[in-house]
Amino acid sequence: MTAKTRGNRLERNDRLIRLALLVVAFSAVSVLAVITVFIVGQGAPIMFRYGFKSFLAGTEWYPAEKLFGLWPMIVGSVFVTLGAMVIGVPLGLSCAIVLTEFASKRVRGVIKPVVELLAGIPSVVYGFIGVVILVPLIRETFGGPGLSVLAAAVILGIMILPTIISISVDALQAVPPSYREGSIALGATKWQTVKMVLLPAARSGIVASIILGMGRAIGETMAVIMVAGNAAAVPGSLLAPVRTLTSNIALEMGYAAGEHRQALFATGVILFVIIMALNSAANVTASRMKGTRR
Amino acid sequence: MLRFRLSCLILALGVALFPGCRPRATGNSLTLAGSTSIQPFADKWAEVFMEKHPGVAVNVQGGGSSAGIQACESGACGIGMSSRELKGDEKALHEIVIARDGLAVIVHPSNTRRGLKTGEVKQIFAGDLRRWAPLGGPDRPITVVTREEGSGTRGAFQEMVMGKTRIFSGAITEDSNGTVREIVARDPAAIGFISLGLVNDQVRALALDGAAATDANILNKSYRLVRPFLFLSRGEPTGRAKEFIAFVLSDEGQALVAKEGLLPVR
Repeated sequence: MTAKTRGNRLERNDRLIRLALLVVAFSAVSVLAVITVFIVGQGAPIMFRYGFKSFLAGTEWYPAEKLFGLWPMIVGSVFVTLGAMVIGVPLGLSCAIVLTEFASKRVRGVIKPVVELLAGIPSVVYGFIGVVILVPLIRETFGGPGLSVLAAAVILGIMILPTIISISVDALQAVPPSYREGSIALGATKWQTVKMVLLPAARSGIVASIILGMGRAIGETMAVIMVAGNAAAVPGSLLAPVRTLTSNIALEMGYAAGEHRQALFATGVILFVIIMALNSAANVTASRMKGTRR
Repeated sequence: MLRFRLSCLILALGVALFPGCRPRATGNSLTLAGSTSIQPFADKWAEVFMEKHPGVAVNVQGGGSSAGIQACESGACGIGMSSRELKGDEKALHEIVIARDGLAVIVHPSNTRRGLKTGEVKQIFAGDLRRWAPLGGPDRPITVVTREEGSGTRGAFQEMVMGKTRIFSGAITEDSNGTVREIVARDPAAIGFISLGLVNDQVRALALDGAAATDANILNKSYRLVRPFLFLSRGEPTGRAKEFIAFVLSDEGQALVAKEGLLPVR
C-alpha cells in the first residue's frame, strides 16, 4: 500500500464521516420542520374555516356543537403562567443571589445539587404531590374546589425554579470580578453591590432565565391537568378551576375525531406560536448579554 | 479502518432488519377498535378467545366510541366498539348489544343526601344550582365534576340526563372515570358521574328519582341511567368476527362481564 493511496483513502473516509454527521445533525432540525408542517397543516384549515376571530376570541368550547372558542384556554395559560412567575421569580432570583454572593462554599455545595435534582423530578410527581397535599390545603383554607389557578401556579412556580436559578447563577457568575471589587473598594456594602452593580450587569441573563422559565410553565401539561380542574371557562378568581392550552390538547386528544381533532391541532398552533416567540425572545436577550460583555 | 467498516455494516443491518417485520393481516386475525370503556372487557374476552382458538390473533385497540364507529364504517377494523347509541348515518351499521353499563351519579360519603331527582341533577350540571344548601346537603358550593368532550360516558350522561341542555363550562373536567372518582372521594362538596361498575366505598352512588343505583333496579327499569355496550360491524358479522361475538354472548363470555361489574344482556 503506497503512502498516496493510503492518504486518499483517509481523505475519503473523512468526507464520508463528515457527511454522516451532517445528516445526523440535520435530522434534529428536520424533526422540528416536520412538526411545524404537520401541526400547521392539521390545525390551520379549521382556523380559516371558522375564522381566526371565533377561535381566538370565542369564549365557548363545545366541540360537539362546533363551538371552538379558545379564549378561556388562552386566558387560563396566561393566568397560570403569570401566577407561576409571581411565585417562581422572587424565589429563584433570591436563591441565585444567595448562591453566588452570600453562601459559603459548603452551603452552596448542598443547595446547588438539590436544585438540580428538582429539575429531574418527573412532572407527574409534582402533580401528584399537588393533588394530595396542595389541593386539599387550598380547599380547607380558602374554600372552593381546591383544583384551581392558585394550585397550578404554585406547582408551576416550584417547577420553574431550577431553570431560573441555574441560568441566573450563570449570569451572575459571568459578571467580571473587577465590577464586584470596584464596588466594594468604593465602600459599598455587599447588598448594595448586588443591587446596584451585579443585578444590572447580569440583567439580560436574568431576563433570559425568566423567559425560559415562562416557556417551561406554558408548556407544562401533566402536573397542570392534575391540579388545575380543567374547566373550559375564564376563571373568575384564583380559586376557580382553569384549563390551559396544553391541558386542552392532552385532555381531549384521546376521543377527539374530525373537526374536534383539528381544533385541538389549532390549539397546538397557537401554543407553538407563543412558545416560539418566547424562545426567540430568550435567545435575543441572551445573545445581547454576550454582546455587551465583549 | 476495520472498525469503521464494521460499524457501517452494523448500521446497515439495523436499518434493514427493523421495519417491516409485522405479519400482514390474514383470515386468522381480528381487530376490535373503539370505546375505552369497553376495551378492558374486550381484552379479557380476546385473551380467553385466543386460548380456545390457537393461531387466531385478536387485536383490541382503544380510541373512543366515535373513532371505533368510524373505523368500522371505513373497514379499518372487523368489529367497532361503542359505549353510546348510534345516531344519524351511523345507524347503517349492524349493532349487537353485548352488555349494559349503569351510570352512577356519585357524591362524597359524608354527603347527607341519599338521592336526587333527575331534574335536580340536570340543574346542578347545567350550573343553575350552585350550592348544596337548598338541597339539604352540606353548606358549601357544589363542586361539579364532569368528563371531557368526546368521552362516551359524558355522551351517555348528556343524552340521558341533560338532553339539549349544556353541561356548564365552569365544571371541573377530568379525563377518566378513575380521576372523577378520586376527586369526588376527596371533596365533601363534589358531585360527578362514573360507570356503576367502578363505584367503590370511597364514594356514594345517589338514588335517582327514588330508585337506588343497583343491578336489580336497572333490570326492573326503575333506575334509568343505563347505556348499552355495542359491537358494530358492516352488515351481518362473518367468519372470525361472528365466532368472537358468539363467544362474547355465550354463558362464559357473559360471566366474565358480570364478574367485572357490568350487566349481562342474557
